[in-house]
Amino acid sequence: MTRARTPYDGVALCAPVTVAYQRYSDQSAHWWAGRAMRGLAESTGFGPVDIDGFCFASFSAMPDTAVGLVQHLGLSPRWLDHIPTGGASGVMALRRAARAVQCGDADVVACVAADTNHLDSFRHTLATFSRFSQDAVYPYGFGGPNATFALITDAYMRAYGVTREDFGKLCVAQRRNARSNPSALQRGELTLDDYLRARPISDPVHLFDCVMPCAGAEAFIVTTPEIAARHGLGVARILATIERHNAYPDDPVQLRGGWAMDGESLWAMAGVAPADVDTLQAYDDYPVIVAMQLEDLGFCAKGRAAEFIRATRFEIDGDLPLNTNGGQLSLGQAGAAGGFQNVTEGLRQVLRQPLGAQVPDADIAAISGFGLVNYDRGVCTAAAIIEACR
Amino acid sequence: MSHEKRDPLARLKERHVPPGMRSRAMQAMAARAAMGRFVLQGCVDCGAVTYPPRDVCPRCWGELRWADHGRGAQVLSVTTIRVSTDLYFRGQLPWRMGTVALDAGPVALAHLHAGLTAGDQAEMRLMLDRGGNAALFALPAGKEPDMSDRQWREFVVPVKGRTILVSDARGAIGRALVQALLAAGAGHIVAGLAPPARIADLSDSLLGMERVQSVPLDLTDPVMVAECMSKIPGPLDIVINTARLVRGGGVSADGNLVEQRRMLDVAVLGLMRLVQASAPLLQGRPSAAFVDILSAQALAGDAAFAGYAAGEAARHALLQSFRHEMRATGVRVLSVFTGPSDDEDHQSVPPPKVAPARLAREIITALETGREVSCVGDVAVDAMDRWLADPALYTRERNL
Repeated sequence: MTRARTPYDGVALCAPVTVAYQRYSDQSAHWWAGRAMRGLAESTGFGPVDIDGFCFASFSAMPDTAVGLVQHLGLSPRWLDHIPTGGASGVMALRRAARAVQCGDADVVACVAADTNHLDSFRHTLATFSRFSQDAVYPYGFGGPNATFALITDAYMRAYGVTREDFGKLCVAQRRNARSNPSALQRGELTLDDYLRARPISDPVHLFDCVMPCAGAEAFIVTTPEIAARHGLGVARILATIERHNAYPDDPVQLRGGWAMDGESLWAMAGVAPADVDTLQAYDDYPVIVAMQLEDLGFCAKGRAAEFIRATRFEIDGDLPLNTNGGQLSLGQAGAAGGFQNVTEGLRQVLRQPLGAQVPDADIAAISGFGLVNYDRGVCTAAAIIEACR
Repeated sequence: MSHEKRDPLARLKERHVPPGMRSRAMQAMAARAAMGRFVLQGCVDCGAVTYPPRDVCPRCWGELRWADHGRGAQVLSVTTIRVSTDLYFRGQLPWRMGTVALDAGPVALAHLHAGLTAGDQAEMRLMLDRGGNAALFALPAGKEPDMSDRQWREFVVPVKGRTILVSDARGAIGRALVQALLAAGAGHIVAGLAPPARIADLSDSLLGMERVQSVPLDLTDPVMVAECMSKIPGPLDIVINTARLVRGGGVSADGNLVEQRRMLDVAVLGLMRLVQASAPLLQGRPSAAFVDILSAQALAGDAAFAGYAAGEAARHALLQSFRHEMRATGVRVLSVFTGPSDDEDHQSVPPPKVAPARLAREIITALETGREVSCVGDVAVDAMDRWLADPALYTRERNL
């Protein structure tokens, strides 16, 4: 019944760019996007005329969409996409751009996520986020995503016996990873004790379970191996991707994501298994979502995240190097760029061009995205497996 | 009661209301919540019940209709919010809310009564929040809400210990109300008495009660309205407008214009005078309300009481606008519809009639359940049902 998926032959992923984050910025999303384009140009030599595909994600470029950005940035692409899925946008940009390049609709696609963070941006972004949020979430204490994920975390901890110590171990490991990354906004030492003693934000979510909103931009290029070779760029190939939206709508509380629905097809297409993965870049808006991805992507069985976390080292030199740039919990969450940093970091590690420490012998990266709390849960999930071409 | 000593330069506590943006579908839910109903949308085609409000059925893309549903629910998960960027909730922290599975099917976020935890059975109430928008509140199943519950008090108007102005305490309804408010534990009742003062007032046992203060009040006299407010010791929490003058008569005949003018002055401009004098006082209070009693004749006119019905209809319209004005202040504006009351004004009207004591009890219930629109007695309930079902038909049959 299931049709075989066409492999991503003839597609190259290259040129990961991160524009160093800032807690607050007086610049616009357009400026941050411009810095990302400049970063792409510097690492590839591509100018405006070379880029014939453009894919954009942002929460703060209003009133503009990808269309406005095209004119603002002086591009004349023959392929254009705007991805509104936040934390899932990086993988989605990658897989859309890959098919466009593979089919000849574009040769060089710049995938860019950029968001600014003014002093009061977070409150404004929240207030107008979605209709269901306005109608049925904000009136209940206006706790923002912290409250939504507190409810998910509360149910998840009781369902599967995961403890704060388990979540703490993930956060502490990610902070250790961040310490070698000069562009992470939070690089101070974090002990398990610090984590456990942090002030409660929305029980059981405490301070170090939460990401810090910030400004930043991320970008990468999807093109053909031939074009990449002509420009002397190191590339990775895409082994497999998945995406899913509004998975399991009848689950009363989100205890699993769309990865659980599509994980098998991901590994079947990739031809590798979770054990073959050298580094996992999982979406980490809250550690409960990281735990969910470990289960739903098959790194451990459903309901076994606690055991798995206790038995695994997640540092850069560990058993499963996780969020090796520190993840959003240490980098900061630069809006939609938070949904791209998993792609750029996974790509950097397999290309052996890290911002901080290098995962030893990294060839295969698993990248996972999760986006958009429209009502009581994240709606969009996506994942990709990439491998360096050497 | 002693006069309050206040620092005139003290910074007053600002009153905020919860975030107010809502979809049109959610406004429809609020319109039903205002009447105390617990409603959800169901699909006309497949029967699926849905929440949050949508514009189309998520199962079959069929048409959705509002319908009443069972109030049962189970609490699935709970959080205590300790940080918020919203000014209203910042003033209320910490705030407990949770996810509940409604017996009707959908999952909803809800405010939680103290003591409710994950796994508990709950009974849902569809309330109006401080901004006048619909909100789900979960109460412990089978128990009455605790009026001292800090979160519940944001959705209701407690009577106990509060200062309440009754604009006409001499009529049958006003007297019954003063009695009922005393029994409900009101702290101080300001009883408006239209001049001329009567010898009998001096020996009236009700007006002589310790917690009752008689004040001359005629809503047609702006000076007297202002003076009445100045005589209230301490902050005013609730105003209940009981003043009315009921006279029959049609439009082209039987209408004594002197009577009609006085009647409209009390009903329409009198309401505006009372509102203009009291609203600034109410706005500073943590849980304030203005209650008006309306005849169900306000909905569709009444050929036998044409002028009176016109005055009631005018007040009905004024209350909608007043409610809009108070939305940003958190002051609740309650409309209590009633049929003919069993008093001297309705001697010519056959039963069923509403006993003043019943009306008084229902006004207190409206306050303590935060119900914006109530209908008291069979006549008012029947009128509202018919009007909601088919306003054009109801208007015809009331004036045949």
